[in-house]
Amino acid sequence: MTTAAAKFRVCPTTKLRVHAQADALIKANAVVATVALLIGGLAAILVLLTRWQAVHLLGAEMFYRVLTIHGMNMLIFFILFFEMAVLYFAGPVLLNSRVPAPKIAWTGFVLMVLGTLMVEWTMFTGRADVLFTSYVPLRAHPLFYLGVILFAVGAVLAVCIFFASLVVARRERTYEGSVPLVTFGALTAAIIAAITLVHGAAIYIPTFLWSLDLMPMDAQVYRLVWWGLGHSSQQINVAAMVSVWYLLGALTVGAVVLNEKVSRIAFVLYVLFISMASAHHLLVDPGMGPAWKVWNTSYFMYMAVLASMIHGFTVPGGIEIGMRLRGYTKGLFEWLRRAPWGDPGFSSLIFSIVVFGFVGGITGVTFGTEQINIIAHNTLRIPGHFHATVVSGTAMAFMGVTYYVIPLIFRKKVAFWPLARIQPYLFAGGMLIFSITMTFAGTFGVPRRHWDITFSGAPFTLEFSPAVDLVMGMMALGGLMAALGGGIYILVTVWSVFFGEKMEGGDDGERAAPRAPESASAAV
Amino acid sequence: MHTGLEPPRGVWWKPIHRSEKIWIALAFAWCMVLFAMMPFWHLRGGQNPSGIRHRVDPQAFLARAQEFTANYQVGEDNGFPVVEPPPGSDIYLVGRMWNWSPVLRLRRGVEYTLHLSSLDVNHGFSLYPLNINIQVVPGYDYGLRVTPGEAGDFRLVCNEFCGINHHTMVGRIIVVDDGAPVVGLVPDGEVSATRTAAANAGGRP
Repeated sequence: MTTAAAKFRVCPTTKLRVHAQADALIKANAVVATVALLIGGLAAILVLLTRWQAVHLLGAEMFYRVLTIHGMNMLIFFILFFEMAVLYFAGPVLLNSRVPAPKIAWTGFVLMVLGTLMVEWTMFTGRADVLFTSYVPLRAHPLFYLGVILFAVGAVLAVCIFFASLVVARRERTYEGSVPLVTFGALTAAIIAAITLVHGAAIYIPTFLWSLDLMPMDAQVYRLVWWGLGHSSQQINVAAMVSVWYLLGALTVGAVVLNEKVSRIAFVLYVLFISMASAHHLLVDPGMGPAWKVWNTSYFMYMAVLASMIHGFTVPGGIEIGMRLRGYTKGLFEWLRRAPWGDPGFSSLIFSIVVFGFVGGITGVTFGTEQINIIAHNTLRIPGHFHATVVSGTAMAFMGVTYYVIPLIFRKKVAFWPLARIQPYLFAGGMLIFSITMTFAGTFGVPRRHWDITFSGAPFTLEFSPAVDLVMGMMALGGLMAALGGGIYILVTVWSVFFGEKMEGGDDGERAAPRAPESASAAV
Repeated sequence: MHTGLEPPRGVWWKPIHRSEKIWIALAFAWCMVLFAMMPFWHLRGGQNPSGIRHRVDPQAFLARAQEFTANYQVGEDNGFPVVEPPPGSDIYLVGRMWNWSPVLRLRRGVEYTLHLSSLDVNHGFSLYPLNINIQVVPGYDYGLRVTPGEAGDFRLVCNEFCGINHHTMVGRIIVVDDGAPVVGLVPDGEVSATRTAAANAGGRP
């Protein structure tokens, strides 16, 4: 550590010592994540304008291609690059430590970028119109599968570097006591990521060989193992998102940890029970029996649900105590009324908690039962659910924390501050309308992943209720509102990072991070 | 009191506050209710995706379906054979790019065993307007016991992406009241949208 001392800078706001390599890795991952978000976001608008039957923008082939691009860029590239940045922050930065083996860390990053480029090339050239799930025997170009494998290997390297940084920080005594809760939460996300990536290897390596005609693939086995990857990867997002909740709570209002034991046990529940819960994707599949389905989805899934219920109490509870400690003690709700609602970090945090819990969580838990799944499976209710979890939940939280990453890591002032302040309201409000109306459309039986619900050219006619036109029109408006919010986010982040005003050395960044100075003194 | 950014020092394994205990107990109890409800409703309710399941060679499944169609065909509709199987029999529905075949003509209140499979890629069996959804996987025969509870003209939408013409994959199931003549097709009319998923008495798989 002493030899590396010159490679550290001290953050003037948080007093955290930031290793130059951690700094650079966070920046690189965050920039690629934003590029993926931009591609995925443009694809989202095209998909939306096609499913809005009144516009019906794209042709069938283009629609499925763009839908594949949307899914891969959002759910894999944006989310995972951002999570790598979270890991480099929660590990080396929060523990005042160096990044061990920076060459391996950069190799991981390069592999991830290379894999991304391969996948993007196959998708954009029409060699992988198989959608995000790429269910065998739909066939994509071999480089599609190879790209995913390279990406996963790169992510494994980054996860290993995170584990190694915990070991190095402990050995070099860069902190006293136990690792912070945010780091612990990121550790559970990293463990789930390791489990997920094993599933990923178990499915994409055989599928790659299958695409080269070197081995057979069973469609049901693919669905089983793929969901071991597909669902668990969403659980990385949940664990990372909850860690970011604790992080944002601390940065915005100095939220405290009510009880370390409770919050940490809740994180461990995610690790223990989530892989099994992947079974709820297969509730109406022919390959598995009812005993297997019921056992895996009920017992194992509800223990992971319990974990989210606990965080749903402890995070807002910590915010309340944090605000009360700052003197907002009048009545029951002064702490909430006087909270920094104009700070996009704080409003993002609250929207993320509320929409994830009340819309995403409730729909998810109900669809995970056999009897409700049979009336929801593959209808628009499913994307209605996961846009509330992974978009209004995870992506919203990640957007919120970006408003702190810009001043703390990039050392730039957040540009277009008035726009940044309203960004979470537009994005979360739009996504809320979008998710709810999409779910409603699904209750009428409107299928997901479908180019034309007027079924032109089909041998038998079918016309949905006029109510479907209404809710899908509202869905389009909500989606466009969210897209506007997403566009503002990209504008603000890209402008701040590349053309933004540099922060002065001693500047506490009041405009950029209104609450950070106070909470930082509480934190460090 | 410290935030989630600070390393807690000393022993942080401390007793839980009463308010947190109450919340965890409530949440745990609710999770147990959810846990109990699924098996309970599996046994008690009438809407479960359990059935006979086994692997099947797609060509063998097609041969069985063709034999079934030849035995019980009563007409033709839009180029698809219309099949009226005897009560209680095994009935076959083949999904492939991009159609469902044959058109099934069933009787209300009679139990059948509906065999679903695909000849090529994954398809999605979505019965409209009842909104009953089943995954159809190539290489697997899913035998569901169904008793149509309502007469009417139903549609089958494919709700799993299966290629460029996925949106044209619409099939038809007709349910007639007991005592209706065996032949004489219901003309292909619009399916009324007033029936919703709530009317799920039909197609109890």
